Amino acid sequence: MTGPRVEGEQTVPIGSNDDVVRARQTVRTYAQQCGLSLVDQTKLVTAASELARNTLVYGGGGRMRCATVRNGARVGVHAVFEDSGPGIPDLDLALTDGWTSGGGLGLGLSGARRLVDEFELDSAPGAGTKVSVTKWAR
Amino acid sequence: MSDRVPVLKLGQVLLVSIQVDLEDQIVLDLQDDLAERIVATGATGVVIDITALEIVDSFVGRMLANTAAISRMLDAETVVVGMRPAVAITLVELGLSLGGVRTALTLEKGLALLERDRTARTGRP
Repeated sequence: MTGPRVEGEQTVPIGSNDDVVRARQTVRTYAQQCGLSLVDQTKLVTAASELARNTLVYGGGGRMRCATVRNGARVGVHAVFEDSGPGIPDLDLALTDGWTSGGGLGLGLSGARRLVDEFELDSAPGAGTKVSVTKWAR
Repeated sequence: MSDRVPVLKLGQVLLVSIQVDLEDQIVLDLQDDLAERIVATGATGVVIDITALEIVDSFVGRMLANTAAISRMLDAETVVVGMRPAVAITLVELGLSLGGVRTALTLEKGLALLERDRTARTGRP
């Protein structure tokens, strides 16, 4: 058995509002290339927009890595958002609808999780935050 | 950035058509511009056309909800028109159902809705 293979990785730095726009355009290109349905493209790009904004606003900037992922016959898009900001002290709380540490609606993380197939949040106080998401073509 | 979304006036209605993938600051500027233009023109309605928008995330969703609430306080009704089906599906799944925002499928229907509204409020066509 081989695990998922990641191909054609591209990195987008996230340091400004323009970069958030660039990050979601990059994810859209991958989603189209992987043959995601229009609804799935929209869900993934929306999730990417939330996560890229979190990287900028709460993480103080960072980067997104986006790639195509293959697992047997399945193909999908894999995106990783990383920052070296203050990190998240309580991960469960951060994933609760309506909870926010800033001025947002508190839907970014919890909402993004609902919009993708796989979601992984890795963070600790002072150690930055890493969010990985995958959406598979159906 | 000096980019701004143009706000057009059509009779008693302010019309905004969002044509590009919006950066957050432009979204905030639009919210402020609309509030000022409502007061300056005495408009009774605002139509925001999002036909061209491929995604509406929580930031843009919040702007739409805020604009609807702000305009209501300034005696104007806001209607969002042209939402794509995939955008509606995604917004609901995201957790934003935009409860306080009135919508219409097309610009024409949105304008008709505002016109009916105004007639009902003023008692004259």
